[in-house]
Amino acid sequence: MTEREVVIRLRGIRNEFGRQVVHEDLDLDVYRGEIIGVVGGSGTGKSVLLRTIAGLQKPTAGSVDVLGTDVLNADEDTRQKLENRWGVMFQDGALFSSLTVRENVEVPMRAIPGLDPQIRSDLADLKISMVGLQYLAGDKYPSELSGGMRKRAGLARALALDPDIVFLDEPTAGLDPIGAAAFDELIRDLSHSLGLTVFLVTHDLDTLHATCDRIAVLAERKVLVTGSMADMLKVEHPWVHEYFHGPRARAAVPDKTTKGD
Amino acid sequence: MTRDGNSAEVSVRLTEDAGTVHVAGALTIRSVTHLHNHLSKLDAEKVHHLDLSEVTRLDTAGAWALLEFRRRSTQTITVTGASSEAESLLRTVENVLPQPEEPPQRDTSFKAWLDRFGRRVFSGLMFLRALTAYLGIFLHRLARAMRHPSEFKFTSLVHHCEEVGFKAVPIVALMAFLIGVVLAFQGSTQLRQFGAEVFVVDLIAISVLRELGILLTAIIVAGRTASAFTAAIGSMKMREEIDAMRTLGLDPGMNLFVPRILALLIMLPILGLIANAAGLFGGALMAWIDLGISPAMFTTRLVEGTSVNHVFVGLVKAPVFAMIIGVVGCHAGMQVESNAESLGRMTSNAVVTAIFAVIVADAVFSIFFARIGI
Repeated sequence: MTEREVVIRLRGIRNEFGRQVVHEDLDLDVYRGEIIGVVGGSGTGKSVLLRTIAGLQKPTAGSVDVLGTDVLNADEDTRQKLENRWGVMFQDGALFSSLTVRENVEVPMRAIPGLDPQIRSDLADLKISMVGLQYLAGDKYPSELSGGMRKRAGLARALALDPDIVFLDEPTAGLDPIGAAAFDELIRDLSHSLGLTVFLVTHDLDTLHATCDRIAVLAERKVLVTGSMADMLKVEHPWVHEYFHGPRARAAVPDKTTKGD
Repeated sequence: MTRDGNSAEVSVRLTEDAGTVHVAGALTIRSVTHLHNHLSKLDAEKVHHLDLSEVTRLDTAGAWALLEFRRRSTQTITVTGASSEAESLLRTVENVLPQPEEPPQRDTSFKAWLDRFGRRVFSGLMFLRALTAYLGIFLHRLARAMRHPSEFKFTSLVHHCEEVGFKAVPIVALMAFLIGVVLAFQGSTQLRQFGAEVFVVDLIAISVLRELGILLTAIIVAGRTASAFTAAIGSMKMREEIDAMRTLGLDPGMNLFVPRILALLIMLPILGLIANAAGLFGGALMAWIDLGISPAMFTTRLVEGTSVNHVFVGLVKAPVFAMIIGVVGCHAGMQVESNAESLGRMTSNAVVTAIFAVIVADAVFSIFFARIGI
């Protein structure tokens, strides 16, 4: 395998809330262009990890390096530039409720100097169409959309500036299986065609199987193992074994031998 | 591959020769306005090739501008010299180019206006009907609670009495006290001109006992309690607690509406009495300081000159106001949908509706009492 560019490098991350230590001495590398899925039991700090990388949560110790920038010690300007290069999709889309979908997608684009308002609006329409929403959905307010549509709109906003990295928090939670499968496919397609690096946090084994190139398992306060689905099936750790060999896993991963990518 | 906002990033170079347009530079969202303006000056019909071999970067915005240009021409424009990534990006964007659809037109004719007006009036009437229905539910459940006292939540009633009544005492008393002070002060400056200072007692007594004491109490309670009812019931509705209650055989009317509205029915007259007392006290204090009417004289004048009817006229309105506030608050809470915006909207709606309805009811009472001559 050729040397791949590391876009996110975490070293020695420690996160604690009061007395409860969520992460301790956590290391993780994410490479350019891959889709990495982070799994772990409830309360293992999957979302906290995502928030740490995105700069929403300051770790007590450790370093976060994204696209060659030290996130924790960067000044305002550098951070601003970095934030234009990543997009975050929150669990329920986190759309601004007072703005239409199109205006929501336009929000990050307003930071671009000299961008013509008409072009901005057309580009927002393009992103809306790109995530598989209908043209007229752009005129709607978030409260008029279904959960799946809100997630898509949230993704459109995250993609507004053609980021290098997108963070997805539970992209398929609360979607029906058909909607979830469609969303998985959307993530896969967009990642391929736009060369995106995708960092997603999920519980959904189907998503892991359908989209992720690599899986990182959070347990015992750190990233226990990383690797492909096939690697995961060989791990001996009891929780990992239970997770990938449990009754639900068997349904999602048809057979070890048939698929190996 | 840097994304600094330097000038090289925001400008693109276009050169045209013999039907081929050579594009050079970084075609990104930062330069897309520039690129789009350049391309829109060109005559698309005369262009046959787009040469992208000198393009250093291409993102979806750049791809969009190129494809929009290509779409303008009736002939095919071939793209040459694009890197494989650029080609795949162009393909992706081409597949998802939005097809603008006309939003449904809003009809502006007189007929449509009349139609909307009619619908508004109708929904207003339906709102009144719904309020009446909620009043009916409350009375029905109340009657049921009397026949089957075991179903009635007494603890809940006491809790709401405390919330609605007891905790409102300080604000209501202070408000009424200040109103009494203001009335005495304003009244004395006017009445002094006629040497009729002593009538300030009648002025205070009649206005506080008949109107202001209970009306202002009801308005404060409407602001405090209608919003609290809506917020509490609304957030239960939002989290499907109301539906859960129904499936468990618990009636929201009996469990949520009866204790709340009944608590208001009990407490509002008491708050009104407190307001009356505080108002008179404030007035008496001010009359003493400003006009030298001693408390003893104030009392004598009050007892001699003011019919006890005024107190009854005031307090008889209290249960009606209580019903209005309670029913409006509970009804608004039940209209909350599953999103947080509707909770906020219904809460402020409840307050506005409750205060408005209380004032309307007060006006109706005034006309009624004037007609029968009390």
